[in-house]
Amino acid sequence: MIKHFFKKLGFSSAPFAGGIQPDMQKWTESSAIEICPLPPLLIVPMKQHIGQACSSLVKVGDHVLRGQKIAKAEGYVSVPVHAPTSGKVIKIEEHAIPHPSGMGLASIFIEPDGLDERDTSLQPITDWQNMDVGALRERVRVCGIAGLGGAAFPTFIKLVQDQRNPIETVILNGIECEPFLTNDHRLMVEHSQEILHGMKIIMHMVGAKQGIIAIEDNKADAIQSMQDTVDDANIEGLNIHVRVLPTRYPQGSEKQLIEVIIGKQVPAGKLPMHVGVICQNIGTTKAIYEAVVLGYPLTERVMTVSGDAVPNKGNLLVRLGTSMRFIYAQRGLENFEGLQILHGGPMMGERLRHPDIPVIKSSTGLLALSQDFFKQAHAVEEPCIRCGHCSEACPIGLTPNLLADHCRNEQLEKAADYHLFDCIECGACSYVCPSHIPLVHYFRFGKGQAAQVRREQNFAEASRQRSESRDTRIQREKDEKAAKRKKVRATHAPTPTEAEQGKE
Amino acid sequence: MLIHLSSPHIHSGDSIRSQMMSVIWALIPAALVSVYIFGWLAVLQISSCMLACLATEWLTLKWMGRSTSPIGDASAALTGLLLALTLPALTPWWMTILGGIFAIGLGKQVYGGLGYNPFNPALSARIILLISFPLQMTTWIIPLHASLSGLNLYDVSLAWTLFTSGIAALPQAVDAMTMASPLGYVKTAWTQGIGANEALQTYHYSYLNAFIGREAGSLGETSALALLLGGIYLLARHTITWHIPFSFLATVAVLAATANTLDPNHYTPPLFHLLAGGLMLCVFFMATDPVSSPVTPVGQLVFGVGCGVITWSIRTWGGYPEGAMFAVVLMNCAVPLIDHYCRPKVYGQARKKA
Ligand code: SF4
Ligand code: SF4
Repeated sequence: MIKHFFKKLGFSSAPFAGGIQPDMQKWTESSAIEICPLPPLLIVPMKQHIGQACSSLVKVGDHVLRGQKIAKAEGYVSVPVHAPTSGKVIKIEEHAIPHPSGMGLASIFIEPDGLDERDTSLQPITDWQNMDVGALRERVRVCGIAGLGGAAFPTFIKLVQDQRNPIETVILNGIECEPFLTNDHRLMVEHSQEILHGMKIIMHMVGAKQGIIAIEDNKADAIQSMQDTVDDANIEGLNIHVRVLPTRYPQGSEKQLIEVIIGKQVPAGKLPMHVGVICQNIGTTKAIYEAVVLGYPLTERVMTVSGDAVPNKGNLLVRLGTSMRFIYAQRGLENFEGLQILHGGPMMGERLRHPDIPVIKSSTGLLALSQDFFKQAHAVEEPCIRCGHCSEACPIGLTPNLLADHCRNEQLEKAADYHLFDCIECGACSYVCPSHIPLVHYFRFGKGQAAQVRREQNFAEASRQRSESRDTRIQREKDEKAAKRKKVRATHAPTPTEAEQGKE
Repeated sequence: MLIHLSSPHIHSGDSIRSQMMSVIWALIPAALVSVYIFGWLAVLQISSCMLACLATEWLTLKWMGRSTSPIGDASAALTGLLLALTLPALTPWWMTILGGIFAIGLGKQVYGGLGYNPFNPALSARIILLISFPLQMTTWIIPLHASLSGLNLYDVSLAWTLFTSGIAALPQAVDAMTMASPLGYVKTAWTQGIGANEALQTYHYSYLNAFIGREAGSLGETSALALLLGGIYLLARHTITWHIPFSFLATVAVLAATANTLDPNHYTPPLFHLLAGGLMLCVFFMATDPVSSPVTPVGQLVFGVGCGVITWSIRTWGGYPEGAMFAVVLMNCAVPLIDHYCRPKVYGQARKKA
């Protein structure tokens, strides 16, 4: 209520609750995107998105072209995988993917032939304004586009027109609030035309009337570049605007950004489209442009290579499947002794055990941090002094210290009551905690435990149903048999011998 | 040793030590004023109390076979300073030391150390002392009136004698050097049927003196100004938030103003309440102690209001002249409940009916 009052008076400095202002360390913001050379070997995991894994369409020895579909989508929440360059399939086997557990996944190993020949079977679509929306959606799907902001959710699923939930606004997420990362920033500076073109396609596909490009005020050149491009485009009568927002983490999180832009929260258990909005990442939007207008499937992405241990930091255009060790070597880092490597930004990215892991669609950045740097964040945990800084920082409105207690004690029902499942794992709470309590770690633990319990319950439920149906089946058969026997007796007026036969 | 490797992988750089140090810095103005007013006596009280706390912390940790590294987080030093500032200047040395031992031993370590204590350690010690030694704990030296009391506290040897042998060692009569605190005076007067206005007049009470620290009181409680400066520093450093101080002070002020308007001769005016006794110290340094106060902003407002109501009630109707410390301790008991019912609104959820 008091907050509301202040908001009315115009005191609202933070339109979403909580949030923090970390040291952004955007060391690579003015390094132009460079092209990373082709590595001697590409390792393409058959699942690079959220959803079901693909199944291979090629076999060892096959020759493939760049952009050729090499693994097909299985199920609805899935997108195909394409060859990142032309070359030969040399093996198909499990390989480590970017995951903190170091887990592996079936992957296609391609030896580039150096020609980088493109598969040209997909035709460019220049008059998309006159195209059927369904066909465009199919194009986005077959081009393997998944959210390039880190979540890698198949993009085509979001690009729908639904009568019950008409989309009013398309928000282009140029926030990039994670420290270190500058890949979207550089894309906006260098490729504003393509991004705007992609945005028009998205607006056409979902039937939105308005487009907003949200950028934080720490990216002056990106704001300038997008504004210039939009000014030119608005001559055509389009309703697209650049919105400059104060820098604040985690503003780039979809829910927070929506609240800031349209002033409404996405209700729990609902999707952005239920409040008439979709959000798209900058890189994804450019990929949509390339898929539709150029007919290029997703085979490369821009990523930031940074961290205090990287001699030559920068933003690289990398083929999917390139080994991280190769990328680090390109930037002058070969010895990983005593270093920590991260996939993604420092707030939400995961620590990797080794760099022999390929780049995938969700790889926004690659960081290498010295032990000293890393240790500051991972100091020894001390007792909670209940200072409340974590609650203040939480953008969701949770009380992280109390929630962490419940998770630690495995009081899962209480944890759920304290909204464990609303936590977006943004890390703002851990960042501010003076006692260095790894709060997010406890939340992951709690969520894992809860998932385990659910699995066990489902299993128990399923076997209960199985045994129940077995019991009823046996009962039914018994009943049927008995009924038959009665019938037989009744119609045949059985003699004792017949009755005896019937028994057999 | 890296014990966990979950994100995030960067940190604000804040630590328990930096939190505690900022509170210590915030107490420096009050400590300086106490030294100015009570001379070497203040220095002796503060240093012995801090030493007692640090020694108790070290010994208990050793005895329990724990790491003694928490000494470095400055929380024991803070407790010592805070406790010393709540003591009357004439507290006998052994009582000061005992207070330090109580604070760390009974106020903190028995609960499992920092973070687990339901009450502020300095506050619990002060209350134990007040209940055990009510006379010594309410004997106030006449502040900054060397001429009045005939004591020169800037004289080291005199201060040392007072500290070690107590007030009895002095040639002058006790009455000549001590006086009641304004709150105590008014309360006594009231029981004798003397009205508030008249009592304040005979006391020669002055708001200005109370503000800058020249009325009788404990070492660090006399100067509202110094405490206010410290409080503002804490707010600016973001060590505390405005919720508890604001709601606590506002509640006392509103209650006092209402009662005072209804019957000015019976109830003392709001400003008197705000400047009197240990209120400022309690508001900014004890009620806001993170460990023993609610975590959520709404909870903190509720907590502050509760403290305010109890403080004013005890001062007005209770047996003790000062109620702020009891109020905080009573409200501390309610913290788990407050935390449970005053959770913030969760994104995308309709607010739950509690
Ligand atoms: S920030 Fe850390 S110490 Fe403070 S309340 Fe939260 S968990 Fe406890
Ligand atoms: S990680 Fe979860 S609990 Fe912590 S600030 Fe983010 S949303 Fe809140």
